[in-house]
Amino acid sequence: MESYIVSNWVVGFLLVGGAGLAWLVQRSRMWSQAFRDIWRRRRLAIGLIALYVVVALLDSVAWVGGVHPGEDAVAKHRARSVIDRLFADSQERSYSAPLAATEFYGGSALRKPGSHLLGTDLIGRDVLYLSLKGARVALLIGGLTSLLAIPLALLFGVPAGYFGGRLDDVVFFVMSTLASMPGLLLLIALIMVLGKSTLAICFALAITGWVGFCRVSRGETLKLRELEYVSAARALGVSEGRILVRHILPNLMHLVIITFVLMFSGLVLSEAILSWLGIGVDGSWGQMIDQARNELSRDPVVWWNVSAAGAALFGLILAVNFVGDALRDALDPRTAREAE
Amino acid sequence: MLAYLIRRLTYGVGVVFGVLFFLFVLFFTVTSPDDVARKALGERVTPAVVEQWKINHGYDLPLFPAPGAWQENMLFEHYRRMLTFDFGRSDADDTPIADRIRSGMMPSLTLTLPLFVLSLLTAIPLALLVAFFRETYIDRLGVVISVLAMSVSILLYIIGAQYLVGRLLHWFPISGFDSDPQLIVRFLALPLLVGVLAGLGGDVRFYRTVFLEESNTDYVRTARAKGCGEGRIMVRHVFRNSLIPLLTRVILAIPFLFMGSLLLESFFGIPGLGAITVDAIQGNDFSVLRTMVYIGSLLFVFGQIITDLSYGLVDPRVRLE
Amino acid sequence: MTALLEVEGLTTQFPGARGALSIVDGNDLRVERGEVLALVGESGCGKSMTALSLMRLVPKPGRIVAGQVRLEGRDLLELSVTEMRRVRGRRIAMIFQEPMTSLNPVIPVGDQVIEAIRLHESISRSEAKKRCRDLFVEVGIPDPEERLDAYPHQLSGGLKQRVMIAMALSTRPDLLIADEPTTALDVTIQAQIIRLLRDIQRDRGMSILLITHDLGIVNELSDRVAVMYAGRIVETGSRSQIFREPAHPYTRGLLRSNPTLAQPGQRLPEIAGVVPSPEEWGAGCRFATRCGDRFDLCDREVPDLLEIGDHRRTACHAIESGSARGGQS
Repeated sequence: MESYIVSNWVVGFLLVGGAGLAWLVQRSRMWSQAFRDIWRRRRLAIGLIALYVVVALLDSVAWVGGVHPGEDAVAKHRARSVIDRLFADSQERSYSAPLAATEFYGGSALRKPGSHLLGTDLIGRDVLYLSLKGARVALLIGGLTSLLAIPLALLFGVPAGYFGGRLDDVVFFVMSTLASMPGLLLLIALIMVLGKSTLAICFALAITGWVGFCRVSRGETLKLRELEYVSAARALGVSEGRILVRHILPNLMHLVIITFVLMFSGLVLSEAILSWLGIGVDGSWGQMIDQARNELSRDPVVWWNVSAAGAALFGLILAVNFVGDALRDALDPRTAREAE
Repeated sequence: MLAYLIRRLTYGVGVVFGVLFFLFVLFFTVTSPDDVARKALGERVTPAVVEQWKINHGYDLPLFPAPGAWQENMLFEHYRRMLTFDFGRSDADDTPIADRIRSGMMPSLTLTLPLFVLSLLTAIPLALLVAFFRETYIDRLGVVISVLAMSVSILLYIIGAQYLVGRLLHWFPISGFDSDPQLIVRFLALPLLVGVLAGLGGDVRFYRTVFLEESNTDYVRTARAKGCGEGRIMVRHVFRNSLIPLLTRVILAIPFLFMGSLLLESFFGIPGLGAITVDAIQGNDFSVLRTMVYIGSLLFVFGQIITDLSYGLVDPRVRLE
Repeated sequence: MTALLEVEGLTTQFPGARGALSIVDGNDLRVERGEVLALVGESGCGKSMTALSLMRLVPKPGRIVAGQVRLEGRDLLELSVTEMRRVRGRRIAMIFQEPMTSLNPVIPVGDQVIEAIRLHESISRSEAKKRCRDLFVEVGIPDPEERLDAYPHQLSGGLKQRVMIAMALSTRPDLLIADEPTTALDVTIQAQIIRLLRDIQRDRGMSILLITHDLGIVNELSDRVAVMYAGRIVETGSRSQIFREPAHPYTRGLLRSNPTLAQPGQRLPEIAGVVPSPEEWGAGCRFATRCGDRFDLCDREVPDLLEIGDHRRTACHAIESGSARGGQS
């Protein structure tokens, strides 16, 4: 299947899943209370995150054709997202400053003078366009990695904490082994071995990221296991599997959410470092920032590319960090700190 | 105590063996020595050349033990070499890895050691100050600034400082290194500044949380009730108890000082282990990367044991057990 | 002559979901020199918060919004932070409910007592240490010389509470606030600590404000009693007055439901209903929801704490209007 069709389906699932989740939250008093509290305190940050999400979703819905007639055959069959279509005819030949009428070097006239709000990059792409497209990459990295790492951590951490014994020894040993390797080096080694595709990078990030959460979920399960209502359920003859699903997992949900948010910003920042090392994800803000190494040594300097990418990255991370703080305060002040 | 130490060491050795196994899986089975050879030699070489390269680099044994020949295989060799610190030669340029590590250690330490000390000396007092003013606007401002600071990518700190301080103000050289102590200070100033600034937000926030948790304890209330001033409470009661969680973070950071800083070293042209690692990444030098991960985990395991032992220094409850 | 401690209209508030809640609501208290006043009430009624308010140690975000706390005529709430610090430990000392966590785990207990002494008196360390050892003897710590260097985790709960008492006594305060000093201890240890407090109080002629929910301890230690319910003091009087002829319906219920004073073979009567949480406090008497003597006025107006006899005061509309079913029930 074409990748853009997969992407369209994913957007659909995300919208349906989001709606379903919102409905579930609505039904639970504790959760809706917590979210109302966070919304009251962090309206601006949540709004900003929503903006990034909308841009990312708009960049994920794509279809073929319908741009404009003067294109060659190859371009005609390429799928374009909503964002692509908004900037369909924005290509220049090289750098131009924000809102400039001429090229930055040489001064020849631009195809679209004054239309590039944030200028263009080395090969003439609109910087605003690239910055917007970076949102999808960032959310993909954060989302996909969390989707791999959190279930992995729960899958090992919860049974280890609940059943203890040999299983716990093994899981704990694996965690110690993974945790003892320097995070960034392990990440790099994994990516070099696994390849530089987006999926491989997310997988590598997940392998290095799941240990911390596994430790927290194991510890929390150990605590929950001793609680009266769990003992009561066991005394009543409820099966172990059912206790795990009905009594342990729901009580880890707040940790899952806090971890997801706290992990997210770390992942996006890690990707920027990977981009700089030449093993990042294509189209990320990290790659735009990476170009600054050449741009800032030019004379006069090209400042808009790195500024735009830096600001876009900063805005997302800041908003996520603020919401993460509020989430932690609202849902659980103590246990979450250990996850850092 | 001795029994505990022995148990701890045994587990540490176990973890190191685990790491080596993981590295073997990653670097010998997921990517085979043939892949590595082709990456080093290019795609258009005859199998004979590949075999010769494998012999030169000691990759020519079968991967797993066969019956009767349990020593003649890569798995055994991998363990033997790593455990005896026989790191062999670089996949990319044939230089002995041990030499490169030895030459990189000092430049790395000249950067990371002062960076470590300066970071602690700025972050801990700042965090104590912020925690001292808890529930006031100073505290809230401190937290907001910390979150702002930690939301900026370290790349932007580096780029910004190089541009601003190095290129516009011309205070310090943008990059470079020298063994002459007087020049070294000028070369290190900028990376140190960037390193301290980049870590400050997260550090202050972490330490503040630790201090605040201690400030809400019963014995702090007792200290207040007997007429202790807030400053004295912070230093004598809160800080001393906070040392327990602080130690974990601080002592564990010490072994990694030997590993250098990937980003700072390569950006500022410091020929340390971090820069060597970056070169290895860009040159597809698997052997160097493998060795660095191994050394990193050795240092980590060592640091962890030291941390456990050092709890006894600050926590009397641990001392007797 | 003024009393040692006079509290008037003390109000301490905590922010709630719908506006501030007065956890301590306009209370008056009086502690004479050499007297033991017991402040009695169920857990959560605000008695601990009252004690912390006197020391100006209300945890944030709570704050004292009104009232006076006069120690020998001087209002503590008017003092600067530095002046107040000189009062804490020196004039008023305090011991807490949780001896397990109230001592700093990383400092030897002797040093913690020495710190308390040297905060208020400029004497040498060795002198302070000597006094500390004497105090340890006084509060009945065996092997005082060795215990000086012990860490809290090496001592039992009872010993820790003795260290806390030694620390409190170390600067010869005029008033000792003991906040549930025995609740966290074993029953046998409880009796020892109570006896210790009684002996010390007699020997030193010190005043004690004893905060407790345990009527047995009140009976054993106190000279006078103040009963607190849902943030307000509802009755004060001498120990014998309170125990023999309780006036307020809550005090009566409290005494009836106390197992130590119960009649053998009879079912222990209980007070019907539950304590209202601060959010549920209405405009009227807070005990009205559980009161047998309740009438229409009780729901509308908070009763004032009025003099009903010799040094006796109670806050009850029914008694005020003379319609109560009498004190002796």
